[in-house]
Amino acid sequence: MNSVILSARDVDFLLHEWLDTDALFERPTFAQHSRETVDAVLELAQAVATEKFAPHARSNDLHEPTFDGTTVSLIPEVGVALKAFADAGFLTAGVPEDRGGGGLPTSIISACLAWFHAANTATSGYALLSMAAANLIRTHGSDAQRTLFAEPLADGRFTGTMALSEPGAGSNLSDLLTRAIPQEDGTHRLFGRKMWISGGDHELADNIVHLVLARTPDAAPGTKGISIFIVPKYLVAEDGSLGERNDIVLAGINHKMGSRGTVNTAPVLGDGAHTPGGAPGAVGHLVGEVGQGLPIMFSMMNEARLGVGIAGTAVGYTGYLKSLAYARERLQGRLLGAPPAGPQVALVEHPDVRRMLLAQKSFVEGALALMLYCSRLLDDAVSLDGRAAEEALALVGLLTPIAKSFPAQWCLEANTLAIQVMGGAGYTRDHDVEQHYRDNRLNAIHEGTHGIQGLDLLGRKVLLDRGRALGLLVARITQTAERATAAGGSGEGYAAKLLAMTARLRDVTTRVAVAGGGAEVLAEATAYLEGSGHLVVAWLWLEQWLAAHGKEGDFYDGKRAATAYFFSRELPKVGLWLDTVAAHDGLTTALDPTVL
Amino acid sequence: MNIVVCVKHVPDAQADRGFNESDNTVDRAGVDGLLSELDEYAVEEALKLAEASGGEVTVVTIGPDQAADAVKKALQMGADKGVHVNDEAIHGSDAPATSLILAEAIKKATDGNPELVITGMASTDGTMGVVPAMLAERLGLPQVTYASELTLGDGKVTIRRDNDANTETIEASLPALVSVTDQINEPRYPSFKGIMAAKKKPVESWTLADLGIDAGQVGLANAWTKVVEIAKRPPREQGEIVKDEGDGGTKLAEFLAARKFL
Repeated sequence: MNSVILSARDVDFLLHEWLDTDALFERPTFAQHSRETVDAVLELAQAVATEKFAPHARSNDLHEPTFDGTTVSLIPEVGVALKAFADAGFLTAGVPEDRGGGGLPTSIISACLAWFHAANTATSGYALLSMAAANLIRTHGSDAQRTLFAEPLADGRFTGTMALSEPGAGSNLSDLLTRAIPQEDGTHRLFGRKMWISGGDHELADNIVHLVLARTPDAAPGTKGISIFIVPKYLVAEDGSLGERNDIVLAGINHKMGSRGTVNTAPVLGDGAHTPGGAPGAVGHLVGEVGQGLPIMFSMMNEARLGVGIAGTAVGYTGYLKSLAYARERLQGRLLGAPPAGPQVALVEHPDVRRMLLAQKSFVEGALALMLYCSRLLDDAVSLDGRAAEEALALVGLLTPIAKSFPAQWCLEANTLAIQVMGGAGYTRDHDVEQHYRDNRLNAIHEGTHGIQGLDLLGRKVLLDRGRALGLLVARITQTAERATAAGGSGEGYAAKLLAMTARLRDVTTRVAVAGGGAEVLAEATAYLEGSGHLVVAWLWLEQWLAAHGKEGDFYDGKRAATAYFFSRELPKVGLWLDTVAAHDGLTTALDPTVL
Repeated sequence: MNIVVCVKHVPDAQADRGFNESDNTVDRAGVDGLLSELDEYAVEEALKLAEASGGEVTVVTIGPDQAADAVKKALQMGADKGVHVNDEAIHGSDAPATSLILAEAIKKATDGNPELVITGMASTDGTMGVVPAMLAERLGLPQVTYASELTLGDGKVTIRRDNDANTETIEASLPALVSVTDQINEPRYPSFKGIMAAKKKPVESWTLADLGIDAGQVGLANAWTKVVEIAKRPPREQGEIVKDEGDGGTKLAEFLAARKFL
């Protein structure tokens, strides 16, 4: 079945013809699974996404959540879809078996989540938040916290939030002000205001589990003084029954450009709107140790950021498929030289429209390859031994800022091109593509902005790491290039270009490392991120080219065309970005802001 | 109560379906197939009844190798075991032959004592809708067809059948055969747990010989009916453009009236 949500054929190609997912089933960690299982799970994801998520994606946008001062109301289809998601088992299918889950490889779960995001990224947001909250509590919580909070999150009875940001602290979490006061019974009482909290209130579930960052009294300044607490909307007794309403309410909801179906809220803790146990203050349960809030939160960050990358990829992907379907049907104009009275041709016949479709294809299929590759590294990290596992973990750490940022930037560009292909129609609300653009625009902002990802890549993952993980990446790129050279044909040319640009990346990296990674260098971190991102995606296009090598048919020809596009039109841009980094000329650091 | 559900593996209606040029039978190899959507309602109804009464659900299918996927899907939804009758001699069988094979498979699967047989109202490829009646006759069971509601009690099955002008309530004594419509329930999705569990569920694979059926009773050569010719639907004709010169409404009404839409 040809879907305009995602391409099952492409997912199949990436997982099986390229990544050799079957090899995972030979490792003890994944031995209980098989090709048959994963095919059935992917089919299930496609069916639930298509039938329960996609149909209300538009309605979710047109009828965004409302707040009457007490209750947040959503369209009912959201709850139906999330119940189908939970009933199908997706909340726990990827959780390791020893923690009560299905133990499916992350690469399969990522492909499933791509279906849901492509179908309806706003509704998917609630499920993703619950999965992340459950995962954090499973990993860092006490046995009681696992039973009382992680289990109901995992079966869909509760939903979760990540309450990090505040009105005065977003990217700069060290400045957060929410206070947590220890109580005699071992709990804490929290007081403060949070901001930009997705899923912060609604009637979708019996309870909402907020994971809240706050400072304890006498805590060290900066990030070391931050702890993390479970703050449930309703208190939970030891037997799991729900009790009093906790002192966490909304000051209001935010009205967003896109992803409108995911309610975004401004929670207030401890203002006395409710008085659990007869006193104001939101009851919170410390997770892990005092002062470990940020390390705990960031231990989940690779997965969270890959999740954002998958969302960006999927929303870009569906826009591509929809604009392609439109371009195949819509008759408009004639080719140069054709008689003016002759029949009109489909949009897809025009070279410039083809350019825009090929660009989209190269971005979205390249991004999906990147997401599944990173997911596979996570699978390798838990299923291989010793050094191979360490290498996989180091590599996924290096690639995570790219995997978060490339889709947010370039699959958003794909959404722009999808609108452009469809012309005036694409700009109207009669078609989905304008919504996809608005929905996707979020992904460069949340879970660490684009700029933060640049700093993470250049500052932490490359310079602080002294280039070790980068060395692993270069080794893998070199191996791919060697295989492409051996394959011959256009592979030789691609390999040469890729190696030349990789050498340039190493050279520039060495140069800025020698320069000491000061403010002028880090000011160009975004250019470094974007250059590295394009280089990595070019590498993964060459990997796909190799996986398609010697195979015939439209699908494989499409892979070859997109590789040709990316190498001829996109890879050269890497040089410009790296030139900026190499120069680190202080243009922005030295700039007097009064001239802006 | 132990329930048997008949299911069929059909070409995906969303795909580009076609026929085999050599013998005008449905092309089952060149197109992705799936469990007939109309049969999902039968599986769902059986699962609901079995969950309420504690019985087992057995799914039975006939078809080439890939028809096993239809059984697998039903097992993933929650059915307990499957039967797949697979024999080259079956290719091209008509409805009477299909009902014969199904009847013998059901007898074998139930030791000759089926308690309740549920089918969809038709397949989505052949769409004849006659197999349930033929099967009931061969099994010697009362048939109640096109059920949009089904209840069991006091040794009887009671169904509601919605017609254009009225609604009938029909009873039959058990054992019986019921065919169900797409209005009777909302089929469940398989779940991840169901997918994992299905791998361990038993599926019997039988040939015609296992059922004691002579190949001369089935197959294309012995069919009572035959597709003699297939022609593609002609492309849609160019639409008629009517220029509105103040009488557009009248012309539109005349156009519709001429085609008896008004």
